[in-house]
Parts: sequence; C-alpha cells; structure tokens
Amino acid sequence: MYESMLTQRMLEEEVVELFKQGLIPGLAHPYIGQEAVAAGVCASLGKGDLVVSNHRGHGHSVAKGVPERTILSELMGKDAGMCLGLGGSMHSTDLEAGVIFSTAIVGGGIPLAVGVALALQMDKSGNCVVCFFGDGATNTGAFHEGLNLAAVWKLPVVFVCENNHYAVSVPVSKSMSAGIVQRAQAYGIPGLFADGMNVLDVYAVSSEAVFRAKKGEGPTLLECETYRYKGHGVYDTGLDYRTQQEVDEWMRRDPIRAFEKKLTDDRLATIEELGSVHDKVKSRLAEAVEFAKNRPYPSDDLLTRFVWA
Amino acid sequence: MTDISYAQAIRDALAEEMRRDKKVFVLGEDVGKFGGSFKVTKGLLNEFGPERVRDTPLSENAIIGAAAGAAVMGYRPVAEIMYMDFLHECSDQLVNHLPKMHFMTGGKLTAPVVVRTQYSLGRNTGAQHSQFFPSFYMNTPGIMVATPSTPADAKGLLKTAIRGSNPVLFVECAALYGRRGEVPEGDHLVPFGEADIKRPGNDITIVAVSRMVGEALAAADALASEGINVEVIDPRTLVPLDTDTILSSVKKTARLITAEDSCSTCGIGAEIVARITERAMDYLEGIERIACPDIPAPFSPPLQKAYMPGKDAIVASARKLVS
Repeated sequence: MYESMLTQRMLEEEVVELFKQGLIPGLAHPYIGQEAVAAGVCASLGKGDLVVSNHRGHGHSVAKGVPERTILSELMGKDAGMCLGLGGSMHSTDLEAGVIFSTAIVGGGIPLAVGVALALQMDKSGNCVVCFFGDGATNTGAFHEGLNLAAVWKLPVVFVCENNHYAVSVPVSKSMSAGIVQRAQAYGIPGLFADGMNVLDVYAVSSEAVFRAKKGEGPTLLECETYRYKGHGVYDTGLDYRTQQEVDEWMRRDPIRAFEKKLTDDRLATIEELGSVHDKVKSRLAEAVEFAKNRPYPSDDLLTRFVWA
Repeated sequence: MTDISYAQAIRDALAEEMRRDKKVFVLGEDVGKFGGSFKVTKGLLNEFGPERVRDTPLSENAIIGAAAGAAVMGYRPVAEIMYMDFLHECSDQLVNHLPKMHFMTGGKLTAPVVVRTQYSLGRNTGAQHSQFFPSFYMNTPGIMVATPSTPADAKGLLKTAIRGSNPVLFVECAALYGRRGEVPEGDHLVPFGEADIKRPGNDITIVAVSRMVGEALAAADALASEGINVEVIDPRTLVPLDTDTILSSVKKTARLITAEDSCSTCGIGAEIVARITERAMDYLEGIERIACPDIPAPFSPPLQKAYMPGKDAIVASARKLVS
C-alpha cells in the first residue's frame, strides 16, 4: 500500500510537470492528496475483482496495477497507451489489471458499475466491482438510480465516494444539506465512513464492504473523506475558492507521511527501507516517462478502426 | 411463411434468441408479468424466469447503464425503453457511454446492447409520448439504428441486432404492433445496411421510414391509377444507411421523396437528400421532403390529423414532381 500511494503521488507529480511542458494535451485531474483511498480500497480487493473509475482516475489505475508506462503513454496520446491513445487522461481500461472502464461524465460510471456487478452476480463469480466517484457525483440522478437498482438486485458492488469537499469549485456545504453517507439509508444499504487520509482505515472499512458484496449481501456506500491538494484540473490553482491555509491544514495530514510515520513508529519498516522504495518508484517512473516520450503517436488509420466492433 | 403481427414477430425474435444464447436477457420497466406496456414481452417471463426477464425500477439511465455494464462483461442485454421520448432520460448512457465504449477503450470493450423502444405518433398521446427522432442517433457515431416497418423485417432485424457486436437502437412503431404480415419460417435474419425495395417503379423514388412505408405503398396504389409508377424504398436501418440503393433508384427516376414521422428540420430526409444531392446532382429533377412540421405533437385528434404526414401528402408531392 505504501508503494502504491507513493507511485500514485510521484506519477501525478510527473503528470503536472509533463502538462506544463506541453507533453500532455487536453485535460488531466491530479489525484494528489487522495492516494490513501485508491490504495486502501484496491488492497482490499482480490483476484477477479474489478474497478470502474472516473475522470480523476490515475490513482485508481496505479493502485490496480496498471503499468505506469501505459498510463503515461495514454496521457500523452501515444500508441502504447492503455486505450491506444483514443481515450486520454479520463479514460482507462486495462482488463488484465481489472480496470474495466473510466468515464469522464461525473456519475456516469455508477449505472455502468451496476451492470458490471449484475454480470458478476449472474456469472456466480464470487467477485465484486468497486465504483469510484466524487462528492459531486452524489448529486446526479445516475447516483440515485444506480444505488437504488443495485440495492434492489443485491448486487456485488461497493460504491466508493471520495469526498474531497469540492465539486470543481463548489463546496459540499453549498451543494447538499445532509451528509453523503446518510444517503445509503434511503436505499436500505449500509453506509460506511472512512478517514480517507488514513490508508489503514480505508483498507479496514473497504474490506468490510467488499466482504459483504462477495457474500451476496449487496452493495455498500463507502464515503472516504479526503482532500485534493491541487486544483480541479492541472490548469486550476485551486485557490480561487479555497484558502492556502485550508490546503496547508490538509497537507499536514498527508496520507503518505502519516503512513510512513506509522510504519516506522511500529517498527514495521526503517527509514532506509522506505527510502529504497522511494528510489525504486522514482527510477521506474523515470523509465516510464522516457518510454512514453519515445513512443510514436498513433497512425491515422486508428481513427476508423474502432468505431464499430 | 407464417402470418403474424409485428408485435408477435418481435416477441418470437426475442424468444428464439434467448433460447439460442443464454447470455441474452431482457430488462426494462414492466417487461415481466405485465409483458411490457405494449405486451411485446408477454410470456417471456414464464419461459425464461425472472433472472433473464428483469423488471426494473423507473430508472431509464440505470437501465441502459446496467445493460452497457453487463454487455462489456459478455452478456447480450435487450433493454426496453417504453416510449422513444424517454430516451432523453437515459441520454447520458445512450449517447455519452454506449456508442463510445468500443472506440475510447481502443477496442478493448464491446457493448452489444439492443435498446428497444417505440414511438406512438398517431395514437393521441400528446407532445411527450409521440416523438420520433432517429436522426439524432444518426448524428451519434457508434450506435446502429433500425426502424422496421413489417413483421418480417422486425423479426429479422432484431435477431441480427442481438447477435451483433455493436449497440443498436431498435425503434418500433406502436401503430404497427397489430399489423400482420408474412414472416419466413426458420432462422430468419435481415442484414443491417440493406435497404428493401418494397415496390419497384420508374417515375419517382420514395424513401419511407417505419409507419410511412405503409403510407407510401398506399400512395403508390393511388398514383398507379394515374399512371405514375413510384419506387418505394425502405432503408430498414438508418445506421448503416444503404445510400447506394437509393442512389441507383434516383439515377433511374430523377425524382426523390422522403417520408418520415420525424420533424422536418435535420430529420432523416434532410440527411438522405444531402447525400443524394452530393452524389447525383446532375440526375435530379425534383425533391420533396415529407415529415411532421417543426411543432411539438398536438393531442386533439383533428390537430393530430393535421400534424401527421401520410398517404395524401405523398400523393400530392408526387403529382407536383411529375407535373
């Protein structure tokens, strides 16, 4: 989980840098600050369990084990990207890693995940699917339709809401008059809460929801309270609607530093060992960045190849 | 050949495909015990059980999303959306997701979902239960569109749609559900992208869609007694659209009429006329587009009658073109 969080963080730092250099076109939504959620949730999944991701999804891909080189190639629009350069930052699919799909329409992944869960249930697979979305998505119709249907059919799905407090610029306090996790009650499913800055808490609570889903007891809504350090997208400072003081306060609770402290305090790892993980990730990412930079762009014939199956 | 209704033909197609392939299942509002609002799925629950004939909550977006999610996992869902008007309730899944799954994943996913729906123009159902707007989906690459006008085409196209690898919007016509016709025995399949010449003729080409095919054939009978021989072409699928068959016909007749139950602006006829004009400008002597006016569908029966296109409008346009 430590390596996963560190990889997510360092990959995203590369993404911001590559965007500034003009090597990543379009949009990119940094996951920095939220790493404990992807790491904790994905660690609670087993073989054959799946993920439906969203526009802020690079962390989910890393946590599910998608190779960094295919993530970065996709972001740069290169031929070795996980969607061959047809998707971009907001669209990830790596079936081997179990990342089924990620959608750029906020809330849109929820009904899809319900369908994936329906297939898992009809297959009697014993697997489950996790659907990641933000606080903003909980105000879409898709959220309500999806949770209700999943509850009625008792589907093996875990709905993970990463409450990072802002839907682009609008704070949760101005977009809903009650909490997120309480909404579970309306559908007759459990609503669980986890500290999204604490990977062990996320892991523990997510494990409970995953266990429930796989036992055939139906969906769970899991709210993880977290914070994105950067703006909504790479182009946004995030400071038009938040104060630097607020950002600094959350950064003091940094999930990676907190986990490092926990690991060293409990003597589960030494500073040297953590340093060597850091070095390993750094060199792997450097190699991935070089790889992606050197890949060619797709040829024009790709335009028409996948319109129809 | 058996003589069955349009609704029965669709029901037979569903049952045959569900027997043939266990991955095919049906979901939608009231499709179970009730048999669908138009009784098309009546009896399927008894034969296939609740796992494969799934009543859903009134949640169109979740219906199509669930179908898409199950499809990428290897299933072949057939989702029913009660009225075509309600497609707007699920536009996010139907437009933003389903047609793009294969493309934006670089071909890693396929989403063979068939979305069955119907339009009810002519049944006095008012502005929100009458709309027919397939051209919207002709403008949405990645989803095929079928608009059968006969029991045989309905059965054959639906079976082809279910077996295919792409999402298909299958638009039925409520006014046709009771209409009977000959359907070939056995495993009857109709390919997509092949127009059917419902009646050959040399004077005018009429491209008619769904309910208007019957109106065009009735108009053809009337015009024949005046010595005007029209060719009636039913594209059967709008995506893919068999432009070549229409083009060869127009090169022969030099006159084109399009007839549909959509509103005129940016409708099916607009696209057909544009394609034919691009490719056969020098052959053309005249064009007429027959469609609903750009007005929401009215309720009151006399107003609806004034609003709907039909045989008389086609006859009038034909006379104008040959005069």
